[in-house]
Amino acid sequence: MAAGKVLQSDLPLPMLDLSKNYFELFGLPAEYQVEIPALRDRYRELQGAVHPDRYATGSDEEKRKALQAAAYVNEGFDTLKNPLLRAQYLLSLHSINMELREETTKDAAFLMQQLEMREELEALRHTGEGLDSVGEFMDRVSGMIKALVSRISVDFETPSKENLDDARETVRKMQFLNKLYAEAQAVEAQLEEEFG
Amino acid sequence: MALLQIAEPGEAQAPHEHRLAAGIDLGTTNSLVASVRSGTSQTLPDNDGHHLLPSVISYSEEGILVGRQAQKRATTDPLNTISSIKRLMGRGIADVMSLGEQLPWQFADSEASVPRIKTRAGDVSPVEVSAEILKCLNKRAEDSLGGELSGVVITVPAYFDDAQRQATKDAAKLAGLHVYRLLNEPTAAAIAYGLDEGVDGVHAIFDLGGGTFDISVLRLTRGVFEVMATGGDSALGGDDFDHVIAGWIMQQAGISNDADPMIQRRLMHAARHAKEALTEADSTTVVMQLADDSNWQGELDVETLNTLIDPLIRKTITACRRTLRDAEIDIEEIEDVVMVGGSTRVPRVREKVGDFFKREPLVSIDPDSVVAIGAAQQANQLAGNNPDGEMLLLDVNPLSLGLETMGGLVEKVIPRNTTIPVARAQEFTTFKDGQTAMAIHVVQGEREMVDDCRSLARFELRDIPPMVAGAARIRVTFNVDADGLLSVEAMEETSGTKASVDIKPSYGLSDNEIADMLTSSIAHAEEDRDLRRLREQQVDAYRVIEALQAALAVDGDQLLSADERAGIDAHLNSVIESAKQDDVGAIENAIKQLESGCEFYVERRMNAGIREAMAGHTVSEFESSEDDSK
Ligand SMILES: Nc1ncnc2c1ncn2[C@@H]1O[C@H](COP(=O)(O)OP(=O)(O)OP(=O)(O)O)[C@@H](O)[C@H]1O
Ligand SMILES: [Mg+2]
Repeated sequence: MAAGKVLQSDLPLPMLDLSKNYFELFGLPAEYQVEIPALRDRYRELQGAVHPDRYATGSDEEKRKALQAAAYVNEGFDTLKNPLLRAQYLLSLHSINMELREETTKDAAFLMQQLEMREELEALRHTGEGLDSVGEFMDRVSGMIKALVSRISVDFETPSKENLDDARETVRKMQFLNKLYAEAQAVEAQLEEEFG
Repeated sequence: MALLQIAEPGEAQAPHEHRLAAGIDLGTTNSLVASVRSGTSQTLPDNDGHHLLPSVISYSEEGILVGRQAQKRATTDPLNTISSIKRLMGRGIADVMSLGEQLPWQFADSEASVPRIKTRAGDVSPVEVSAEILKCLNKRAEDSLGGELSGVVITVPAYFDDAQRQATKDAAKLAGLHVYRLLNEPTAAAIAYGLDEGVDGVHAIFDLGGGTFDISVLRLTRGVFEVMATGGDSALGGDDFDHVIAGWIMQQAGISNDADPMIQRRLMHAARHAKEALTEADSTTVVMQLADDSNWQGELDVETLNTLIDPLIRKTITACRRTLRDAEIDIEEIEDVVMVGGSTRVPRVREKVGDFFKREPLVSIDPDSVVAIGAAQQANQLAGNNPDGEMLLLDVNPLSLGLETMGGLVEKVIPRNTTIPVARAQEFTTFKDGQTAMAIHVVQGEREMVDDCRSLARFELRDIPPMVAGAARIRVTFNVDADGLLSVEAMEETSGTKASVDIKPSYGLSDNEIADMLTSSIAHAEEDRDLRRLREQQVDAYRVIEALQAALAVDGDQLLSADERAGIDAHLNSVIESAKQDDVGAIENAIKQLESGCEFYVERRMNAGIREAMAGHTVSEFESSEDDSK
């Protein structure tokens, strides 16, 4: 064995039980409402144990395991922190596996509004003053996402079939808004290059 | 002793032995090395007491010069004196040309994607030039710490892309350094600042150096540094301020755009001088020696300077705004704005940053050394010298990673500001019946079209089992490690075939090229080469001595007559003696003499060995055991 590991032999090996779901991993109840500070605390503890930096002088095997474990913890943290991913994940624990690429909302009014917002974003793309307006646009999209988050929260409080279906429908909409937000970021990047 | 020095770093060490480790700030303008000594992290000076090493290399007639000595030659030997090489790291030839500045060097025409600068010592790549700076700092550290370094932490701008990071790591490899970690510069600054002040909360680090700009927003909680978002521009810094000022001088003095390299260097020099003077004064006199040796003289005042640099400062503010949004942090939540990098001395920069963050930026720490000091703390911890240390750095990838899809569009796989390490997979399928190969193009950047992003690598997935269109499931996994470096794996899932992956780094060096450089760098650096050759010869000599002594102890008496034995001992002694001296040729010669003088002995040993191995066995036994193994 490489002598390098001696120093840190008192640390646990970077092994994680990959059969644990993210809520179990972070020691949180499987609910939509997540105490972000508690999630963060647990995240820091977990990374403190498995992060590759803890095994910098360890064997290659330890380093590889640490890398895997740290990536898994990051994935769990990102999933539970993000309202859309968390909703999807929780739905999957209720055996509803969404095929996001194929699923789409049929709410005509919502789709109409999306079309209009997209056109608005396209218009912003071509103006030098667009940069601030894109920022405002993004804030607006964030606001809409927040409203959907509240709705999903209520749905998951009583996870009846009906409520889970509503959550699923809301996730579909949220998916649209997230995409719109990402596109706005790309427009922003373009404007920064052209006019920044 | 040579023999002791061949031990691998990190190997055969007693537990809790202190490992020598250092942090290196490899800057565009200045580089530094720091180390933790008796509990405190300090930058290490050279023999003349200078801590900052100007990042300048000169390939002079007498050999390679680094730092101040090289800097002196910038205007007299501009073609062989290279500065700000960091701006070319991980860049392609086309990028370099579009940096929008007149680079005073000549580039070798080559097919290679990596630019090579023509110098007296041959064509050199940015990686090789950077390696010279690293070697110099490594030597400084070893001299002042009194031993070989176990490992180093090298800082890179947070906004460096994959190719730039890879190039930095290649430079370290070339310099013979073991890299514990590449660390983002603002994160390093946060360590130095945060651990000192012990302040928990959200902080912004604004780092404007010579060639790069980073803004990082991080949350510090009891020694854990969590980067929430980072942004910046890896081609924006004090050099760009100098360029716009140089442009102003050219206009005022009537200097044409195609001025020779010497004039260009003088211009940059004058511009930088004026800029730094205006940090203290409201107005400064610019003197510029022209091609005909006459002098042009003019006044530059702060207002003019500000007008010139405002567009550049505006870019930094735009990046700050975006980074705060990515971090989902309001300006009010920020505890402190810490200023790092020499260009944050410019009063206009401080003013604009203060306006944006609605508070006085923190300028109390030394903006030059803070990055190296933080890096040294991290190196010390990674070396295992601080086993009770709670410090943990959770960093992010600065730029989105994606794949090219149909129509030249980018499909993002890992969005920017995702905490690393991270592994993400994406599934693809074939679009033609019987398709057995697929080209995959990995890009980095925020734009929607491939052409607007940076190309990182092209992969070819081959040996996909032929299936109907859309039936194959090809899973491409992106892994970003804690250094922010990407690796990609691909696999066809329905059959479990691992598709073979050919990586052609778009702007990087292949492993072969690095191996070639390793060899040629030994050939180039004369002193280095001699020393290394001497070491190698000495190691060889000791190996021969040891092997021979061991052999003689076993069967010397049986196989050799007294005369023969005396002859071999004489050869052996001359090798032992020569290995103590510094004459490579003499050692080599002595080894040769010994080898030829021992030939008969070696032969006898071999024969005796064969006899012994076969004793008591019949030939047929050998045959049958051979059959068994088939
Ligand atoms: N007093 C000053 N006033 C204005 N600018 C200054 C002053 N002192 C240094 N600078 C500028 O700071 C820059 C160098 O800063 P620094 O040493 O932090 O950069 P670096 O670490 O080498 O570069 P980078 O971090 O971008 O790779 C130069 O452009 C220099 O002109
Ligand atoms: Mg710097």
